[in-house]
Amino acid sequence: MSKFKKKSESSQDIPTAALPDIIFMLLFFFMVTTVLRETEIKVEQRIPRAEQLVKLEKKKLVTYLYVGKPKDKSMGTEALIQANDAFIGIDGIINWINQEKSNLSEAERDQITVSMKVDNETKMGIIVDIQTELRDANARKIMYATPQKSEDN
Amino acid sequence: MARSKNKGSQEVNAGSMADIAFLLLIFFLVTTQIATNKGLTLLLPPKNEDDEPLEIKQNQKNVFKIQINSADLLLVEDEPLDDVTLIRDMVYDFVLNFGNPSSTKKGSDNVSDVDVYNSLPASMKSYITRSLGKDDSSDGPGAAIVSLKADRGSSYEIFIQILDELNAAYNRIYGERVGITDEEFRKLNRTDPKEKEMYDRARMGIPKAISIAEPSSQGG
Repeated sequence: MSKFKKKSESSQDIPTAALPDIIFMLLFFFMVTTVLRETEIKVEQRIPRAEQLVKLEKKKLVTYLYVGKPKDKSMGTEALIQANDAFIGIDGIINWINQEKSNLSEAERDQITVSMKVDNETKMGIIVDIQTELRDANARKIMYATPQKSEDN
Repeated sequence: MARSKNKGSQEVNAGSMADIAFLLLIFFLVTTQIATNKGLTLLLPPKNEDDEPLEIKQNQKNVFKIQINSADLLLVEDEPLDDVTLIRDMVYDFVLNFGNPSSTKKGSDNVSDVDVYNSLPASMKSYITRSLGKDDSSDGPGAAIVSLKADRGSSYEIFIQILDELNAAYNRIYGERVGITDEEFRKLNRTDPKEKEMYDRARMGIPKAISIAEPSSQGG
């Protein structure tokens, strides 16, 4: 009887020495897999919500354009276009698309999708100009990135 | 004596290590935003030098005109409209009007409007015969075009709202055609052959013809 008692006493608490390792593994997994935003957005981004969203499947083919008023007040209040890290003009879009296309493989070049993140208050004039340029650059697939509209409003 | 005491504190107390790691883990979980690739897709027309004649060739009744002025006021089919959400039903009725369906096969799918009509479920057919089929609306889904013309001074917000309504109308048509809701239709995974087949069946012969017209430069 006494022998039995002794044995059970020695294994009373669960060894937790391996727990930090497991948690650290999870931590590293999340740190490695999350991609931090590469570009700093320099324009205002209050994006209107929409309901009928479609998810893009091939992330590799997507490039991003940001349109809105510059956050830096000294640059005026006209909406500007930001591609990657710099502001570009309307006439720079074709060049930029060709640059982005050259990063893709030959077969995928025509499937390039431009995701436009546009601020609420932007006027349609600049959007239409961008569309015309994208058409000329033969990047016909575009997407207006919007968050999901919540159910209650 | 002293030896046994030492034995007890030989290991470093690692109990709080898990807590620290948890804290870090939760911090990363909360702060990282997974980039969402969601939005309203649109396919621009191909580059074409003289695309103006295309617009003229279209019969006026086959074009559903939406105009936005610089004060964000709407003109739908030449009549002012206040409530954006009404567009959804109007476009739904417009596309499915089948006023004069043609039997000529055309398009990449090689189906005619009559084929499209025959492929619709009974509930949609009865709705069409009951309340649609007007002479002054579209001939059939193959010919129907929604034209959205926004003034240069109108806001992006209203444009997105209308584009959303248009997509809603088309998704409802596609969904109803294969017996699912518009939300289920949007979430169809096109890499799955079974769902891809459903998607193609829904879209066959009903092109999503949303045309963003060149805006007028000034005025309202």
